[in-house]
Amino acid sequence: MTLKQVPCGRQVKVVRLNGKGALRRRFMDMGITRGAVVSMRKVAPLGDPIEVSVRGYALSIRKEDAANVIVE
Amino acid sequence: MRGKYFMSLKIALAGNPNSGKTTLFNALTASAQYVGNWPGVTVEKKEGQIKGINATLVDLPGIYSLSPYSLEETIARDYIVNEKPDIIISIVDASNLERNLYLTTQIIELGIPVVVALNMMDVVQKRGDEIDICVLEKALRCTVVPISAVSLKGLETLVKKITETPGKPKPLPFSRDIERALDGIYRIIKGVEPFDKYEPRWLSVKLFERDADIYKNVPPEIRECIERAIKAAEEKYDDDSESIIINDRYEQIARLLCGIHKKACPKTSVSEKIDKIMTNRVLALPLFFVIMWGVYYFSIQIAGDITTGWMEEIIEWLSAGAETLLLAWGAPIWAVSLISGGIISGVGAVLVFVPQLIVLYFFLSILEDSGYMARVAFIMDRIFRRFGLSGKSFIPMLIGTGCTVPGIMASRTIESESDRRMTVMLTPFIPCGAKLPVFAMFTGFIFSDASWVGPSMYLVGIAMVIISGLILKRTKPFAGKNAPFVMELPDYRLPRISGTAKNVWDKTKSFIIKAGTVIFAASAVIWFFKSFSFSLEYLGEDGIGQSMLAGFGRLIAPVFSPLGFGRWPYAVASISGMAAKEMVVSVFAVLEPAGIFFTPVSAYAFMIFTLLAAPCIAAIGATRREMGSVKWTLFAVLYQTGLAYFMALLVNQAGSLLFADAERVQFIFAGAADEGHAVSLAGNPMVYIMAAAVILFVILAVIKRRKPSILGGGFNIPAEKRRGRHGGCAGCSGCGGANTRRY
Repeated sequence: MTLKQVPCGRQVKVVRLNGKGALRRRFMDMGITRGAVVSMRKVAPLGDPIEVSVRGYALSIRKEDAANVIVE
Repeated sequence: MRGKYFMSLKIALAGNPNSGKTTLFNALTASAQYVGNWPGVTVEKKEGQIKGINATLVDLPGIYSLSPYSLEETIARDYIVNEKPDIIISIVDASNLERNLYLTTQIIELGIPVVVALNMMDVVQKRGDEIDICVLEKALRCTVVPISAVSLKGLETLVKKITETPGKPKPLPFSRDIERALDGIYRIIKGVEPFDKYEPRWLSVKLFERDADIYKNVPPEIRECIERAIKAAEEKYDDDSESIIINDRYEQIARLLCGIHKKACPKTSVSEKIDKIMTNRVLALPLFFVIMWGVYYFSIQIAGDITTGWMEEIIEWLSAGAETLLLAWGAPIWAVSLISGGIISGVGAVLVFVPQLIVLYFFLSILEDSGYMARVAFIMDRIFRRFGLSGKSFIPMLIGTGCTVPGIMASRTIESESDRRMTVMLTPFIPCGAKLPVFAMFTGFIFSDASWVGPSMYLVGIAMVIISGLILKRTKPFAGKNAPFVMELPDYRLPRISGTAKNVWDKTKSFIIKAGTVIFAASAVIWFFKSFSFSLEYLGEDGIGQSMLAGFGRLIAPVFSPLGFGRWPYAVASISGMAAKEMVVSVFAVLEPAGIFFTPVSAYAFMIFTLLAAPCIAAIGATRREMGSVKWTLFAVLYQTGLAYFMALLVNQAGSLLFADAERVQFIFAGAADEGHAVSLAGNPMVYIMAAAVILFVILAVIKRRKPSILGGGFNIPAEKRRGRHGGCAGCSGCGGANTRRY
């Protein structure tokens, strides 16, 4: 399952990060790493981006980028 | 052991965005700040003297990591590696420990003494969390000082610890296999020029990560050996080297925090509760519009309505008073005209708007400091995505409602070049603080019953941004990959009165100073050209039609005919807007004798033109710096002015058809030179209060510029160094300078 598919309110664990380059690095810098616990908080009013909670703070990312994060 | 520093200490301040870095910087350096640019780039550089000790504090850009991917990070690491500060203050948001410490562990590896400022302890206390400082200190192996920058707590301790000569910190060890690889790499690179300038630990980590900046300088033979070491680790972990290091860091930190950080039982935080409404699926957008409408309604309609009358009375009184005085001294008629009808009239016309702007800046400051701006970017991202930008592009535009110059500069945080260009081009469409007086003037004279006109300027600006974005996105230069969007949503914060007051004061002061300098000078120049004919004969008010200004104006005026304002005073006013948009008001005031007439249709057309046309010289300069090329700047200016012309044309032509019998209104300004006309102040106490406030303001603004610094270290910072300079900006109406928030 990818982070994009996680329903609101659910908590998941990161398994792998696809993609490459600056965006992937940015995700990892922000704490979305292998084994990190991420919970899906809400979706923006216009449908995108999403707000997730990771390592104690709130982060907003786009659905298409969230699709690169494999979770379980 | 107390170290004796005979030379000044050089201290760098590094930390995440939203960690309270700016607040700490302001608290430590008070008014002794210098704002400029990092050399060669347009990222803001802030430097200041720490109160009470012999030390300079350099504020590094807010960063999440020391990777080579973004400009901010490159600036920070290059500064630390090349300038070698004596101490680095790593500011950490205690309510967000894991991610903040991630940066701290990287900073520690740079080999420079680190003092950790654990900020936002007040938030931690309120939440009921506990942090064991002593154990944290031992675990990080460097000094940790709990502070609350916003309540000014712990700062003396922080300064004391800085002067106590902290030693070089010992970096945290990675897992064994990684350490082995790092050892191997260091043995390979040791002694190789020019890599000995780097701290060994940091160097080996960067090489292991294949850091683009550093790796590219490694000679190929050496690179082969290093690759072998890296690949061995990558195979073992089944991951790429960058991820290995990052994962390990976060694991270290999680282990470290295990015994140290006790979180109170998790319940929905206040921020979450607020966001249930603010980013609610249904309410968010309407709420945003209501808020923005409210902000501008309160400033332009209500505050404006109330205060404009008083301010005008004051200007009127000043002007008549000056006239009487000068005439009593036997001054020649042209001098009276210059002072009264030129300078006081021109500058006064602009100063009338100061009270409204104060209200506007107050609300904008609260919005920025509360954390709501990030939510706005979050909500708007979807729209901006449509034309390849991100919600982050909205923030420069929102900042642009204060002043376009810092708005344009704020676009630096946008990584993609084409997106940055588009943002820079479109930001000026949003009305800035300088355009406000122009709109307020028209509202006052013509649209006082139509309260929708003022706010409509903002809607038109936004609409033009969106439409332009959609159009430009289809053109070749902008059709590229979309900008990424990864943004922290910081907790909501109650803005502090002192912080907000400082913000509002700074912006208002800039506005007044600009009035006293640029507008003063420009008004005098305009007065000259309007008072003399080409044969340098002095013309009174009646002869204004034969002046040089009229001559120049009449050459250009026909261009504006289709827009509904094809007479020379309007042409001159529009052009003068290039110096400063408020000049339009000044010019109208100064050229009043020539007769300023507008119908509602031509007025709206003029407003639209002023709104959309190329911004003032300072903003064009900022555009050039961000674009990095004259070609692009020209393109931006031509596009903006072209669009302005087209829209004003549309309004005028369509409006003339629809409202054929529109009534012409003449603009009469306060302070217009009326020969021998004594005005007495009506017995209105509010006017006296306003006058006193104005005088106080001016005195304070002048004093704060000139007072020598009374720092314990005996520093005397020259006045020029202390005035915030924004790489060429003459000081704009709305520039927050050192207080501009970065995202």
